[in-house]
Amino acid sequence: MKKFSLLSFLMLVLLTLLVACGGEETGSDEGNGDSDGGGDDAGERHAIIFKSTGNPFGEKLMEGFEDAITEAGDEAILRAPEQPTVEGQIQIIEELISQQVDSITVVGNDYDGLEPVLTKAKDRGIKVLSTDSAVNGNSRMVHVNQADPEAIGRIQIEAVAEMIDNEGQIAVLSATSQASNQNLWIEWMQKELEKSDYDNIELVEVAYGDDLRDKSVSETEALLQSYPDLKGIIAPTTVGIAAASKVITDKGLQGEVVVTGLGLPSEMAEYIENGVSPWMYLWNPIELGYLAGYTANMLVAEEITGEVGDTFEAGDLGSYEVTETEDGTEVLLGDPFRFDADNIDEWKDVY
Amino acid sequence: MSTRTINNTQEFSWKRFFLQWEWMLVALIIIIFLINSSISPYFLNYLSISDATMTFLDKAFIVFPMVMIMIMREIDISVGSTVALSSVVMASLYNAGLPMVLAIGACLLVGALCGFFNGFLLVKYRQLSAVIVTLSTMILYRGIAYMILEDQSAGEFPTWFSFFGWGYIGSVPFILVLFVVMAIGAVLLLQKTVFGRRVYAIGSNPTASRFSGVKVDKIKLIVFTLAGLMAAITAIFLTSRMGSTRPNVANMYELDVIAMVALGGISTAGGKGKMLGAILAVFVIGYLQYGLGLINIPAQMLLIIIGVLLIASVTVTNLRVKGKLQKKKSKKKVKKAS
Repeated sequence: MKKFSLLSFLMLVLLTLLVACGGEETGSDEGNGDSDGGGDDAGERHAIIFKSTGNPFGEKLMEGFEDAITEAGDEAILRAPEQPTVEGQIQIIEELISQQVDSITVVGNDYDGLEPVLTKAKDRGIKVLSTDSAVNGNSRMVHVNQADPEAIGRIQIEAVAEMIDNEGQIAVLSATSQASNQNLWIEWMQKELEKSDYDNIELVEVAYGDDLRDKSVSETEALLQSYPDLKGIIAPTTVGIAAASKVITDKGLQGEVVVTGLGLPSEMAEYIENGVSPWMYLWNPIELGYLAGYTANMLVAEEITGEVGDTFEAGDLGSYEVTETEDGTEVLLGDPFRFDADNIDEWKDVY
Repeated sequence: MSTRTINNTQEFSWKRFFLQWEWMLVALIIIIFLINSSISPYFLNYLSISDATMTFLDKAFIVFPMVMIMIMREIDISVGSTVALSSVVMASLYNAGLPMVLAIGACLLVGALCGFFNGFLLVKYRQLSAVIVTLSTMILYRGIAYMILEDQSAGEFPTWFSFFGWGYIGSVPFILVLFVVMAIGAVLLLQKTVFGRRVYAIGSNPTASRFSGVKVDKIKLIVFTLAGLMAAITAIFLTSRMGSTRPNVANMYELDVIAMVALGGISTAGGKGKMLGAILAVFVIGYLQYGLGLINIPAQMLLIIIGVLLIASVTVTNLRVKGKLQKKKSKKKVKKAS
């Protein structure tokens, strides 16, 4: 008898849990249904999948995406696997295909690994695009890119060279070894380093923090340990740059090792103010997400097809053109923006 | 009372039949189906229900040997790394010019070897615990995978290879067909053969089994090798689904598999539980995840729900075992008294 009551109690707990989740969702559905009434053709649903949960850059990106979609009167679905894996993203895409969403925007954890599932999505009539971290040309209709990868790569070398007076060892702390955007930037960094101006700068290692805070911290510590003469760290990822800056600050190495790269102003304000990172770069993730959302909408409305030469107006952002890349087509948001001690105050509360 | 007969076949009782944990899991699946179809309009159709199996069955092949391993009071946490290593070996051999069929063969071979090595260490050094041994090989296998591919991905498989992860036989996903066939085989193997009885015997009392002539070492070796082989099958399906592979695939798969086995009612104390329970548990967790995914529940929420479900199942199944023991004891007392 005792076990029976225990069993039924546990089942009840489970049921309530599930129903609670379900109830929440239906609630928001109704809310969207209302706003759809005033919108355009019968509430389209646009999904975005980020690399993993708990990434501030990703949250801002998805926020911008949601803005663009809700402005158009449609429903935005924001998803991310709990670990930055291809397997997790494939499962989510399968679930979205079953839900018959209108478009899927993916920030890929792997360049090629999503091709089969995204092809399936396209075969079912879903518009597929990527943003921030691209998937290969066969998998997507268009890629919404932050800025020209060449400019992003080169500008970070220029920055670090200026900070360390063109002399000394530097290291790169990247995201995962498969993140296509970071890898491309690092390639351009290496090309920039071939210039004779940088003869006295040595890139000693590219480390991978996997966009995980603890791993990025330990990778930074390992870099400092292995290269006692290290002068600068370039972290072209928001998680990495914050982790590296924190390690340098905690170890009291201000002035000895500089950090630059791509970071979120809100997370980096402290380190820009204390001088660990004299300046760093980023584009606006909200704007990037917004542009991706707009592009998704344009693809579903069939105003564009993702072919080279397509042009469209993206609300406040202005007009954009689809251009060709080595593999597939893309839309470029614009140049990276420099954050330093002079302007960080006005940006740190924005994102 | 001059002669005493010991009746070793239990009398059939409906009550006992329905009190089995497996019915609980069947009920859970029905509840999950009901909830899923009430919360999402996209769940209750054939395509959705069959395609869902493609998302969670890949790792389920490892459940079969894991059930036997856990019944024998052992554990294998290296299976995720074995998946990664065999997948990476397959991809790099194919990229090196080996025909795909041979590369698949190599994948199976590598998996089986990984499993065999685990088993070998365990029977050779009996004082070592399975957790420590397979933890070491978990790190070792993953390390070798990284050494081979060096943080890169490999792929470009022939198009027919995608059939494993994406193909249908008629309108049934190939992976589901293969899983059901193998599941029937696994149930028969554990529940109906001498081999299966011995696995239970080892779990109930390893020392006694050894002294009564059960070849404990041989059986352990076979089961661990089987675990590696199944991990290789998982690797084939997973690689086929991604169309490429990297050394960090199948991360934490071992925990997913152990969770399915635990939910299936296999007692961690050994000797108890049924293959069918674990097979049902695969579908419980799979459809629960899929259903919650259909209403776009955040990933963290999903973890919480599965965690709660696991705690519930583990407490209930262990209580059940305890309860039965107490019942038996009291029955004995009654007999003595009479």
